Amino acid sequence: MKPAPFAWHGPESVGEAIAVLAEYGPDAKVLAGGQSLIPLLAMRLAAPAHLVDINRIVALDDVTVTAAGVTVGALARQTRVEKDPSARAVQPLLPQALRLVAHPTIRNRGTTVGSLAHADPAGEMTAVLALTGGTVTASSVRGERVISAADFFRGPLESALAPDELAVRAFFPRMTAGGGTSFVEIARRHGDYALCGVGAIAELDDGGGLRALRCGYLSVSETPLVLDLTDAWSVGEQHAAELARAAVDPVTDIHASADYRRQLAAVLTVRAARQAISTARAREVAA
Amino acid sequence: MSIPKDNTGSPAVIVADGAERTYDVTLTVNGVHRVARVPARRTLSDFLRHDLQSTGTHVGCEHGVCGACTVLLDGAPVRSCLTFAVSVDGHSVTTIEGMAGDPHDADGNAPALSAVQQAFRECHALQCGFCTPGFITTITAGLVEQPNPTRADAVEMIAGNLCRCTGYQNIVDAVLRAAELTRERGER
Repeated sequence: MKPAPFAWHGPESVGEAIAVLAEYGPDAKVLAGGQSLIPLLAMRLAAPAHLVDINRIVALDDVTVTAAGVTVGALARQTRVEKDPSARAVQPLLPQALRLVAHPTIRNRGTTVGSLAHADPAGEMTAVLALTGGTVTASSVRGERVISAADFFRGPLESALAPDELAVRAFFPRMTAGGGTSFVEIARRHGDYALCGVGAIAELDDGGGLRALRCGYLSVSETPLVLDLTDAWSVGEQHAAELARAAVDPVTDIHASADYRRQLAAVLTVRAARQAISTARAREVAA
Repeated sequence: MSIPKDNTGSPAVIVADGAERTYDVTLTVNGVHRVARVPARRTLSDFLRHDLQSTGTHVGCEHGVCGACTVLLDGAPVRSCLTFAVSVDGHSVTTIEGMAGDPHDADGNAPALSAVQQAFRECHALQCGFCTPGFITTITAGLVEQPNPTRADAVEMIAGNLCRCTGYQNIVDAVLRAAELTRERGER
């Protein structure tokens, strides 16, 4: 349970970090919070020759909230994002999902952007980025590029980041006016990976009717799955649930069968959507 | 901070005599300035135990599941097995050894127990004690953030720590008792 030796790099700026990645990228891993990477190293499931430790790049420890949304720097710990009151106001899905990411102690060290770069389809933040239609900004000596959530997740644990690129920040668009959100999941034990999780964003029109309903899923597909359930929900809750059941593509593993995960996707779709819609209604009444 | 290269142009991990490259890591541990020279792959838990001979921090699963190795990094609980010492160079760490009062008090008394430690004693919140350092550090920080926890809050507070002996009920009792003791003592 000890990591294999690696060459350690401790850059103090993004410029230094991407210069190291330009030289050693294919043999290097970026270390931020390490809450996913260090277990992989300890179990020797990963043994990169180089580790680019970005914990000294204080400029990346940043959460910026504007009317457009929430920008999270690569070194912002999950706890910081979860507890940021202005981030909560602009995009409530963030704290709703973050409270379900492992345990508080893990969130004190783990980073939101690291979680995205890890690209685990069982990760809450991957689902939130996909559901909100967010972006990840990657930096390299070749320049900077903005990658949409739809393009960012390529497969299980596989992102669109090139070996020489550093994910420097992620952007989560704001919840639209007249919107409500919810994030629910079922796990075997508190803080474990979810057997299935569902995030929902509901938007109401001026008359209080449902204008849009989207749900995002985790642990039931190879990359984060987002479904537009607006029409299905207008037909009926069960119609939406069955659509979700048919759309997900879970696998059977030691924790749950594929059928059980499909059942959870159907049930949690209704639960998340109801909560998101009632939140939107309550918000409308308050306004 | 760049590292020296070997004759192939790669950064040298293994230096000439076959030993692994090492780095000076400076930490403030329980208020005391400590330095050790360690390889980059040294976890904070091993740094505390092996290099500083401070064995109060226990190592259970070594991959972040059990919580036994939890220490406070700049006041916030983290898994010391999921943190490399070199990553936290210059930071401040509080371990179980830093929880009790000054062991060298003027009257030569035994160290005073912290409110959380006292509550663990009163509530029988430990049996074998292996997991205890992780619980004490976690709860100590938890009560700073949440001084008046409900029973549900207490369960949430300790949810990331495993105990194989107690069945947790006495630990939940201890969280509530520690909150009470903290208020009585007027501690932070």
